[in-house]
Amino acid sequence: MFDVDIWQEIFSTIKKNKLRTFLTGFSVAWGIFMLMVLLGSGNGLSNGVKEQFAENAVNVMWMWTGETSIPYNGLKEGREVKFNNQDYDFLTTKSKDIEKVSSRYYLPNDILYVYGKEYGSFETSTCYPSLKDMENINVKTGRFINDMDMQEFRKVVVIGDEIRKALFKEEDPIGKYLKIGGVPFNVVGVSASKKRNQDNNRSAYIPFSTAQRIFNGGNRVHTFTVTSKMVQTAEEAEAITEKVRIDMASRHNFDSKDKRAMGSFNMLTEYIRTMKIFQAISLFVWIIGIGTLIAGIVGVSNIMLILVKERTKEIGIRKALGATPFSVISLVLLESVLITTVAGYIGLVMGVGLMELINFGLEQAAGAGASNMFFKNPTVDFKTAVSATLILILSGALAGYFPSRRAASVTPIEALRDEN
Amino acid sequence: MISIQDLHKSYVTGNNSLHVLKGLNLEIKEGEFVSIMGSSGSGKSTLLNILGVLDDYDKGNYYLSGKRIWGLNETQAAITRNAMIGFIFQSFNLISFKNAMENVALPLYYQKVSRKKRNLIAMEYLDRLGLKDWAHHLPSELSGGQKQRVAIARALISNPKIILADEPTGALDSQTSLEVMDILKEVNDQGITVIIVTHEHDIAALTKKIIRLKDGVIGEIITNGDLQNYRNRLTQE
Repeated sequence: MFDVDIWQEIFSTIKKNKLRTFLTGFSVAWGIFMLMVLLGSGNGLSNGVKEQFAENAVNVMWMWTGETSIPYNGLKEGREVKFNNQDYDFLTTKSKDIEKVSSRYYLPNDILYVYGKEYGSFETSTCYPSLKDMENINVKTGRFINDMDMQEFRKVVVIGDEIRKALFKEEDPIGKYLKIGGVPFNVVGVSASKKRNQDNNRSAYIPFSTAQRIFNGGNRVHTFTVTSKMVQTAEEAEAITEKVRIDMASRHNFDSKDKRAMGSFNMLTEYIRTMKIFQAISLFVWIIGIGTLIAGIVGVSNIMLILVKERTKEIGIRKALGATPFSVISLVLLESVLITTVAGYIGLVMGVGLMELINFGLEQAAGAGASNMFFKNPTVDFKTAVSATLILILSGALAGYFPSRRAASVTPIEALRDEN
Repeated sequence: MISIQDLHKSYVTGNNSLHVLKGLNLEIKEGEFVSIMGSSGSGKSTLLNILGVLDDYDKGNYYLSGKRIWGLNETQAAITRNAMIGFIFQSFNLISFKNAMENVALPLYYQKVSRKKRNLIAMEYLDRLGLKDWAHHLPSELSGGQKQRVAIARALISNPKIILADEPTGALDSQTSLEVMDILKEVNDQGITVIIVTHEHDIAALTKKIIRLKDGVIGEIITNGDLQNYRNRLTQE
């Protein structure tokens, strides 16, 4: 059935009705074009927001303390709550939902960084080695803080790229000594956020143990950065936060509902909620896109019906000469599939092309310094394109189905009746 | 070749039933050259449709070449038509966007004959009908007589047992009509059964047997010997 002849027959009818074929094809091409543009935009938005999250591990959680605001167990409000090293031990060993933990001890704000004649004030992040993964810290040269640094209270520092530029200019900072609050620290690494204009590049990282000892921290921990185990729903993520709060509340004698006594922010909850929104958007996009496509398909189906009506006589002749219903159906069906597939493919290529062009433009703009976009890589992946192609062929068959049924039901007697 | 016993056919439209063929009996032997006549409403078109396996019947028997034609589905009917019957129509019924050769070759397409081979065979048939030079012309570029000759070539190409011609000369002038009848006679001389439906007496008179239908049954059969008489009667009418 799939020989040259049937295609020749199809092409000859298409050639006879160029405008009609074009208009029909256009509606399908437009449908697919819109679907691709919508999907691409949806992806772009989703990728943009994902990138915002990519600054940290998605399952990261921060905890900090303050003063109690609710009386508890006979204790008055206004009592200061303080984390300590025992809390670290508890979180790492006893808390099942917590995977990695990094403590932080705040250094005074006005602490100075001095190298030779250059000096400046920068943010110091005192941390455990695990912070690297939790906050996605990118080490450009050298290394990050390691376990040996922690154990031996080494005076080492990883500086942000902005600090390197400010203090070291063109010099290689690795192995050089830098004074922080008057204490010399050996520079072991330089970190640089992959994104531009990041505050992280103005931060320096020093081992928590060293900081606590040198800057008179005693047992004090100001904040914890932890990662929780991955869960699928916002409710589960919220339950983990709640569990940790209850643990901490019982350790420090405050009401677990007291947000002022202990603050916390679980990224995972936000991440899951945001991804839910994008799933909804993506579903919405598919619905609209498919709706547009259906309009195109109905157009094709309509045209094919008219075509069958016009060709009633021809179909009657063919049947009288021995055309089986199957051959008549395939004639109409294949024409429909051909029009939808070719036109749809053109729409697909144009839609994907436009999105790639926009992506190119965005990347150029990002290269020029405009970043922090909520729109990134607005392209359609291969899988989506393949499924779109399948949808096309299917929709072509669908568009041709009813007209071809009509064609097959043409009786030669009716068709060949001479209207004298 | 054709054997029909007690054939009944009615058309139902809404509540009305129109009984067209009322127990028709007919025998046509292989190699006969027959015309079917009758006033409109006599059932000649209905009979032709049943003979051509284009329509089914309600009651009775129809044997075509020894095989009973009954309860065929559309595909079986199509295959039977393709193998056994060649159709010729009043309005030629050529496919307008196909040239003469492609039109002639069409029945072979449905026999899954390769393109090259069927076009070659089509050229042979066109040559036999003197249309070789017109093979690549579209029907719209041909005269009425040429069109009907193309249609005859198309009817012959599948080597049918029977040629069914529905008013084959209805759209032609008398000179061309005679030419077409000559061709049909030649076809008949090769042993193919030819059945013509016509309402023109002088065309019918060119066949070897005239079957006159009247109210859904055979009214009169005039055979070869009587044809001279018939001609005389015709002139009197």
